[in-house]
Amino acid sequence: MRQKREANKLADWLYIVVLGLALWPLARVLWDLAWGRFLVDPVQEIITRTGRAALNLLLLSLACTPLYTLTGFAPLQRARRTLGLYAFLYVVVHFLTFAGWDYGFDLRLLWQAIVYQRFVIVGFLAGPILLALAITSTRGWQRRLGTWWKRLQRLVYLVNVLAVLHFAWLLKESRAALPYAVIVAVLLVLRVPFVARAMKTMWRHFVRKSTS
Amino acid sequence: MVPIKSAEITPEHIYLSRRKFLQAAGLLAANAALLAACGRRPVPLPTSATRPNAISPPGNETDKLGNPLTPFETVLNYANYYEFTLNPNNVARLSQDFSTSPWQVAVGGLVNQPKTFDIDDLRKFEQEERIYRMRCVEAWAMVIPWFGFPLSKLLKEVEPLSTAKYVRFETLYDPDQMPGQKEQSFPWPYVEGLRLDEAMHDLTLLATGLYGTDLQPQNGAPVRLVVPWKYGFKSIKSIVKIDLVEEMPQSLWMATNPREYGFWANVNPEVPHPRWSQATERRIGESGRRETLFLNGYADEVAGLYPGLDSREWYY
Repeated sequence: MRQKREANKLADWLYIVVLGLALWPLARVLWDLAWGRFLVDPVQEIITRTGRAALNLLLLSLACTPLYTLTGFAPLQRARRTLGLYAFLYVVVHFLTFAGWDYGFDLRLLWQAIVYQRFVIVGFLAGPILLALAITSTRGWQRRLGTWWKRLQRLVYLVNVLAVLHFAWLLKESRAALPYAVIVAVLLVLRVPFVARAMKTMWRHFVRKSTS
Repeated sequence: MVPIKSAEITPEHIYLSRRKFLQAAGLLAANAALLAACGRRPVPLPTSATRPNAISPPGNETDKLGNPLTPFETVLNYANYYEFTLNPNNVARLSQDFSTSPWQVAVGGLVNQPKTFDIDDLRKFEQEERIYRMRCVEAWAMVIPWFGFPLSKLLKEVEPLSTAKYVRFETLYDPDQMPGQKEQSFPWPYVEGLRLDEAMHDLTLLATGLYGTDLQPQNGAPVRLVVPWKYGFKSIKSIVKIDLVEEMPQSLWMATNPREYGFWANVNPEVPHPRWSQATERRIGESGRRETLFLNGYADEVAGLYPGLDSREWYY
């Protein structure tokens, strides 16, 4: 009974942390806009900040499953969906700032921006996939799609790889994207079934030792 | 009382260095707090106009095509200057302590009268205001009221020899003042070049100020080149050396990445950069994009410099 109460408490904390992480970048952008704090290049600033927030949230979302495998802490699964959906929100703001605020939805100009810049092409691949995942993230779609739902949602790994590529290719020095690439690679490897099993065994061993 | 062995006593120099370490750590923490508090606050505007007859900010003036000036504050707070940092937002803050006096510019090479100019000598040339569009190769742009004089006046004073075909410019090399120069990824110092007739063209400016004040470090103080029909990286900053030479000089960017940042680098919306389109640009501070103009809108003045204007070689 007491254990359950503590688990509930922990779930509440997790929820607060997730919400804080998800909303902080947006709050900062709105705050800066409201007070006219951008001086130099608001368009670029918002595109950069929302892009980075989306990438961070995607990685956090991806980290939820390995953590769940280890700990069996069920609220992590809900956190995964929440983080993923907020990542999508940032992608939407990111895209609208780029296509609307910067390019004024001018299709001719946008077309040039897309075809000459490989990092934009990658972004345009990742965006629609994430859109599909966001739409089908509801319980209803989960039921309707059955086993296909899980297969579809696994595309989030592809989105993560594309997102890191999108980031690496736009940088003057791609090295800055290396930490992201390493994290995605590790998280992907952790999902390989036998790695996940081995990790779980090791974790249990460790927990038993430290508690006894 | 248990006697303390002399070996256990902390030697004085270690004791002292510990104190020093703690002091330094405290200072660092205080500095970090200060920096965090300052955040990305803009550097303040220089207080008084030092140049007569210049636009006092904020002006309502425009360039010859009717483009409004980029605000002074924006020009001060956004600059590409890799000698300080790769981030154009942070150059202003990181360059504030850059020392520009004393400053000398050595002009030599294939000339009759090699001469070293003190920065004050350069300010004695008749200065004029020129409002130019600046187009960065990375597709951002500004409209800036420079102050300075045509480079041709300086070159005439040193009397180029008939063998001189190109002009080579060099930025100060001082890694202590310019932390970016400690980065091994570029062959410092910054070098740029022009063909002699480009250098002698009336539009080519040696700028010593903008918006009616002396140049600030982030904008290339105390003296820089401005070549408005070429991509911005050609307009070399904080010049210490100008040489007239026979062969095409190799610029820092040619040494680093000749395919993307070549010698000519004339603005042309039709010739894309290998990694992005050059068709449009964003004026810093504006929303929406503008179409980039051929030779940045200076075609009437400079198209004659380039025989066979359509050849792609002039544009990378």
